[in-house]
Formats: sequence, C-alpha cells, structure tokens
Amino acid sequence: MRIIPLAISAIATTAVVILLNTKYVLQAPLGKLLAPQSGIWQNAEDAKTKKSLDLKFPQLKGKTEVYFDERMVPHIFADNETDAIFVQGYLHARDRLWQMDLQVKSAAGRVSEVIGEKGLEHDREFRRLGMVYGAENSLKQMEADPEIKAICDAYTDGINAYILSLSEAELPIEYKLIGYEPELWSNFKTALFLKYMSYDLAARESDFEMTNAKSFFSKEDFDLLYPATQDSLDPIIPKGTVYTEPAIKPVAPASADSLYFKSVNVGSSNKPDPSNGSNNWAVSGSKTTTGAPILCNDPHLGLNLPSLWYEIQIHTPQYNAYGVSFPGAPCVIIGFNDSCAFGFTNGGRDVRDYYEIEFKDAARTQYLFNGEWKNTEFRYEEIKIAGKPSIIDTVAYTVFGPVMFDASFGAKRGTNKKNYAVRWKAHDASNELRIFYQLDKAKNYNDYLQAVSNLHTPGQNVVFACKNGDIALRTQGEWPAKWKGQGDFVMPGTDSSYMWQGMIPNAETPFQFNPERGFVSSANQKPADTTYPYYLGREYPVYRGVIVNRMLDTMQMIDVDKMKAMQTDNFNVLAQITLPVLLKNLDEAALNSSGKKYAAMLRGWDLRNDPQSTGATVFEEVWKKLRSLTFDDEFKNAPQPILIPFDNTLADALVKDSAWKFFDNIETAEKETLPQIFAQAIAKVAPELEEAETKGKLQWAAFKDTRITHLARLNEFSSLHLPIGGGTNNINATKETHGPSWRMIVSLTDKTEAWGIYPGGQSGNPGSKYYNNFVQDWALGKYYRLWFMTREEQADKRVQLKMSFSKG
Amino acid sequence: MKFFITIILIALLSFAACLYLPWWSIAIVAFLVTVLINQKPLPSFLAGFIAVFILWTILAAVISSANEHALVQKFSMLILKSNTSSLLIILTGFIGGLVAGLGALTGSFMRKRAKA
Repeated sequence: MRIIPLAISAIATTAVVILLNTKYVLQAPLGKLLAPQSGIWQNAEDAKTKKSLDLKFPQLKGKTEVYFDERMVPHIFADNETDAIFVQGYLHARDRLWQMDLQVKSAAGRVSEVIGEKGLEHDREFRRLGMVYGAENSLKQMEADPEIKAICDAYTDGINAYILSLSEAELPIEYKLIGYEPELWSNFKTALFLKYMSYDLAARESDFEMTNAKSFFSKEDFDLLYPATQDSLDPIIPKGTVYTEPAIKPVAPASADSLYFKSVNVGSSNKPDPSNGSNNWAVSGSKTTTGAPILCNDPHLGLNLPSLWYEIQIHTPQYNAYGVSFPGAPCVIIGFNDSCAFGFTNGGRDVRDYYEIEFKDAARTQYLFNGEWKNTEFRYEEIKIAGKPSIIDTVAYTVFGPVMFDASFGAKRGTNKKNYAVRWKAHDASNELRIFYQLDKAKNYNDYLQAVSNLHTPGQNVVFACKNGDIALRTQGEWPAKWKGQGDFVMPGTDSSYMWQGMIPNAETPFQFNPERGFVSSANQKPADTTYPYYLGREYPVYRGVIVNRMLDTMQMIDVDKMKAMQTDNFNVLAQITLPVLLKNLDEAALNSSGKKYAAMLRGWDLRNDPQSTGATVFEEVWKKLRSLTFDDEFKNAPQPILIPFDNTLADALVKDSAWKFFDNIETAEKETLPQIFAQAIAKVAPELEEAETKGKLQWAAFKDTRITHLARLNEFSSLHLPIGGGTNNINATKETHGPSWRMIVSLTDKTEAWGIYPGGQSGNPGSKYYNNFVQDWALGKYYRLWFMTREEQADKRVQLKMSFSKG
Repeated sequence: MKFFITIILIALLSFAACLYLPWWSIAIVAFLVTVLINQKPLPSFLAGFIAVFILWTILAAVISSANEHALVQKFSMLILKSNTSSLLIILTGFIGGLVAGLGALTGSFMRKRAKA
C-alpha cells in the first residue's frame, strides 16, 4: 500500500510551498523572494549591458527621443509638450514607482493599508488635517485650467503606461519584500503629492506650545523667552526698504487683550521637521568674472533614499529646461532654461491656525458661531488597515475647517478634551503646477513675475536670474494679513472676529529687483524688518542669512568655484557671536583636568563645523547643555508640549547680560550667572566627550554621524556614517538626517554652465549601481557638471542609452 | 542514464515553466517528470533536488555577477545578517532544490501507486 507515503509526500510538498510562499511562519516568503526568474534577483540590474528600447503608446502624438547620460539623467527631446510630460511620467515610474506610491499613500493618510495598525496615528492626523480635502480643492482648480489639465493627464498616462506594462518580476523590490502591489496613478494623486509638499513646508507653527507658555509664564518672562525681535537679523529684503501703505489693515478683535492673550488651552500636533529650510541667492554680472549673473540654490529637506529629487532635461519646440523634478509631479521644479534660472527657499510664515469650537452637545451636529447654532458637516474617513477591519474616523467640518483635535484624537498628547478646528492655507484651492509650468518656459523678468503670481501655498522666496543680466527675489505666496499676534496662540472659534480678514495683495509682496548691492538672497530668515506693515510672526532662523549676506557683500570677481566653496561652507555664526562672550566668562578654576582640556579645545577652535573638527563637537555639545541648564529648571513644571526658546534668543541674551534672569537655577539657593552655568555645562558634557574620544568619535563628522535612510528605514538600503560637516547654523546645513537635498549653481553665460548634485542616485532600485552613486561625492562637497544637451549632441560619448517613444 | 535524463528534463522544464508560471510550478514540473520516468523514491528526490539546485544557483550567480553583486550584498545583510553573497546564492539553490525534490518524490510514489 503506497497511498500513505504518497499522501505524506504530497502534503509535505504543499506545506513547504506554502511556507516559502507566504509570511505566516517565516518573516518573509523566502521561496517567492529568491526565485531567480521572478523574485528579488530580478531587481539586481545588469551593471553593464544597456539596451536601447523602442516603445509605442496610443496616447502619444509624435516622436520622443530620450538620451541617458553617464549618471542616468534622461534628456528628453519631444515633438510636443504633452508627449514630453508623458515620457517624464513614464520615467519617474520606471525609476521611482514605489517611492511615488508611498509618498501619496502617506499624504492621503493611507499608510495603514501597507504597514497595518502602526500607521493609524499618522493616517488619522493627515485625514483630520484635511490633506485629502485640500487636494480635492486644488484638483478642481488644476483641472479647470486646460493647459495644466493637459499636462496632468499626460503625466498620469505616462505613469500608468509603465505600471500596466510591469510584470511580477519587474516590480520594485520593496513591493516584493512588503508584499503588496502598486496602484494606478491619477491626477488626484499628483494633487495629493503637491499637498504633501505643502505639509512639509507650510504646516509649521507652535500655536499650542505658545499657548501653553503663555498660560504658564508671566507676561514679563514670556516676552524675555519669546521676543518678537532678533538682534542679528539681516532680513531677506534689506532694512531701510520703504513699503507702501497697506491695502488691508487687519483689526484685532476688541476681546483680544482680555480673552485671547490671557486664555488657557492645552493640546498639540506633530510637526514637519523644523529645519526644513534652504539657501538661495543670485549675484549680478557686476560681481562675477564673466559679467553674467550666477544663481545658487540648495533646499534643505529630510534626506532619504530614494531621493525626493530626480534630475531631468525636457526639450520641446516651446521650451528647453533642465533641473530637478519631483517624482510625483510633472515639470522641472528647480532649474534653468535657455534664458534664465530659478530656485526656492521656504517662506516659513505661519499659515496654520487653530480655533476652539463649542459644540452644542456630544453629537457635535451643531456649533456656536456668531450667536447662533450652525450645522456641522461630517466627513467619514474610512481608514483601511492591513490585516484588520477598517475603521471610520468621523471628522467634523466647521466654517474654519476640519476639527483636527477632539476627545477622540489628541495626537499622542492625550489629555485634550476640547475641540480645535484647523484653518490651514493649504485647504484653499490653488494651482501651484502653473508656477513651474511657466518658469520652465520663462524668457525674462516679466515671465517670472507672471509665473510666481500663481504661488499660494507653500509660500516661497523665489530667486531668479536671467541672461539679460536681471536678478530678482520675491517673498512670494498668498499670506493671510494678520493683526499683531494673530494666530500665535489658539484662538476662540465662537464667532468670526478672530478669523483671517483677508490676504495680503500680490502687489505688496516684498521683493528685490536688480538691487544696488549686486545680489539677492534668502535663507529662511524673516522677510522684512518691522517697517513692513503686516505682522510676520517670530519663528525664523537667523544665522544662515547673516553669513550668506556677509559673504556676498564682500565677495567680488565671483566664479563658480567661489560659489561651490560658499554653498558647502561650514562657518558657524552662532559660535562666532557667542563663543568670545562665553570664553570671557569661563571660570577655569571650577573645571577638572578633563573640563580644562575641552575648554582649551573651544579656545583653539576656528569656528568651523568642518568634518575633522573636534572643537565643533565640543561647542555643539556644550551649547546644547548650556541651553538645557538655562531653561530646564523653569520649564520643568510647564504644561506640555511647550517651545524651548530659540538659539538666537539665548545668544542675544548672553551677549547682553551675563546675569540674565534664566541663568539662575531656581532649584538652588545660590544665584547662578553665566560663568557658573557655562562651567557646569562643560563639566557635564566632559564625560560624554571623553567617551566619544575613546571611541575615536570626537571629530564632528563622526560625532554627528549623518545618514541617508531608505524610506522604509532599512539600514541595508541606506547610506550611513557620511564624512560630512556642517550643521543648523552653517550654510552647509547638514544635520543627522537632514540637509541640502540638491545643490545647484547656474552661471548664465551665453552658453549656460551649470553644476549640481543631490545625495542619492537616479534609480530608486537598491539593486542598481545608480541607486546611491552621488552620495559620497555629495558628502565630500563635489559637484557634477550638468549637461544641457542639444539635439546635435546625440552621438556624444556621454550618451549611454537611448529610448524612443512614438504613437502606436 | 535515466537519472541524468530526469535531471536535465526537470531543469529545462522548470526554467520554461517559471517564465510564465509562479515559482512553485517547479514542484509540478518535477512531479510530472517523475510520474513519466519511473524511478525509486530516493533517486527521484535527488534528481529533482539536483536539477533545480543547479538551475537556480547558476541563474542567481549569473544575475548577481552581472549586477557586480550590488544587490546581493545588501539583501544578504537584510535577511541573513551576512554580506557574503555566495551564501544567499546557495540558499536560493537549496530552496529551489527542496521544493522540486519533494515534487519529484511525490511523483515517484504516484507512479508506484498507479502501477500497483
């Protein structure tokens, strides 16, 4: 009887197949993953063979040729615009599909679909912030614009043409590992991606933190801790500029002093990284060796692999543009064309405010507004969760916007039972793609003005330089005109008196056009000084702007090499201002030998956060400790979350007054001043520095340990331990996981000369040699010459691969 | 002789099947081949194992070498915590061999049952 062995053998075979094809027992479906003809081996791209491809799609109108250079940058030459954008979509998908899909899922609050319950907090927050609502509003406006609709359609078609051609073997490796499949693209997803950039750049405020601070500190202390002015400020538009009489004069409600500036609220939300900022500048021909303007830009964003950026050249009969694009949106975003160059830094004004809502009862169907009960609208957000049933999050919408925080959702900060609606500028319909669409084709200053007038949110400092010699910078965006202090704290939401009263007209945008000083610049500092008639808030980094302007002021005979050196410069202005004062107050006798050693390192330091510098490490650590010794005692019992004062507040204080009130430790009987707490700071960090020294990690780059992590946080797919200096207050603003995400220098000579680099690679596939091939050069401060290819150069030896697209 | 023919047949048909079918079609291929070519259970298992072990090892090694072992090193670190690329290549071969071997064993029992 052979039936028993047969049965056993058949069952064993089936069991092993199931075991190796699923994640029920093993953590990964090893058989499925390792099968050479369909699994991860298929993602191991051939390093040498390059095959030309000839593709046909019915959506195309004419012929398009794409030439890939040695860095796999595609140079697209198309017969018409929509074909070019179709091909851009196709290539974005081919090289970055998983990343595009993930970013849009994140924007839409759909991460739980992929990673299960641990994505729920994020998903609920994004739904409640109104990301989908905002994207829907923007999509309507984008699709009402025939030209923008045409490029969005072409872009979507291009991505989907690629997705539909994908076999299982060709799926990006992350899909295989996590075990899901890509979804088709849509114009709505492009709108969602752009909304995600608005979140990254224009969702920053400290309204709850400031409300808590106001409720805890006396008015006198509050003003010391959060001053409205910054001593070192060198605004984007120089001091002394004369502004016209404002068209809107926002009026503070009569109750503001009694109700708003004194009331108490608690609660808060997650924030995008506070150091999302950037540098940009343009110098006029009068300051350069060639007589032509030079434009530079380096946007600082979270550093990830695959990179946020994708380099591309798009050439059509109407225009010819080169630069970086966002996988997820059509057009070149930061770059140049045959006539001019353009770049961005974040405007950083507060465009997200909260209002406390009074509902009639727990059903929340009505809320008090202007003395009557107004009906609530509800949005039912279905959140799908991998491996679990979906949940429905019911979000109440008011005249202000969605009620983001309520009893059911406090964003990890729990105790909040009140209802806070969020008014976010990014909820409003807008058509941001039109800026890039027009900038890509801009020929002169007027075209630039036309293009940027479309920019609403996220507001940006847009720098411009043109071959005719013009340079300009506008602090562009549609900003609410606020009365002084409006939106610094959570506002009452029972009537219309605290609502935004209008938007600052575009004609009153602070700007510079061919200024006498021969350059324009921005580094996220406050756009204007106090003579600007509108309230600008108080949260702006100050020091990068100081060093950028100081260097440009004195620099003459500028060439590209000087700009490279400047963009990667590690001079620390905060240290320059504070260290002499600190050393003057040094109480050497209070230190042991180890403390004395580090004090000596501070004394001998050249104020540069260079990779090998040990002084930089000592300064950064001592400064951090000094800050916590100054504020921790006063803030210990404050309601959370709260905002610890900015570095520039501490710096301004210690320069002026070594007996500043907050230097005293209120928990001791003794009255401490700067000498005591500076000595304490050194003594407290000395053991930690000794430990770093023993491990050979006292040098700044090793200590800081900059890394570029894979979006799914897989270390094996990340670039770790990069040999790069810099820091928050340096032009080279490279921190642990954050920094210059694209460095670009464009010299607008007759034949445009441009250099650039981003920390990543063109391919999003960890199995490609083009995955992170730029990272080491980026860390070392090197640049690549950008090839602004012409059609005649198609036989150039730099061309590695050709793809053709045509109708068929 | 029969043994070697079985090996070659399983290897060739497995390669062809995986061009169109899921990876576990190698079990069905091995099953069908050993139903067709009668052998004892142990040689059947060995034939299936050796055939796909060699096929998958060679395929993985060829792909990886063309890739200059860029992916295999990252992936070995990820799942085996070791960056020796040969280990992952051999594991690939072993998994393929095991599944095909079991398929072949089942086929051999099936044949015996049909004869009985």
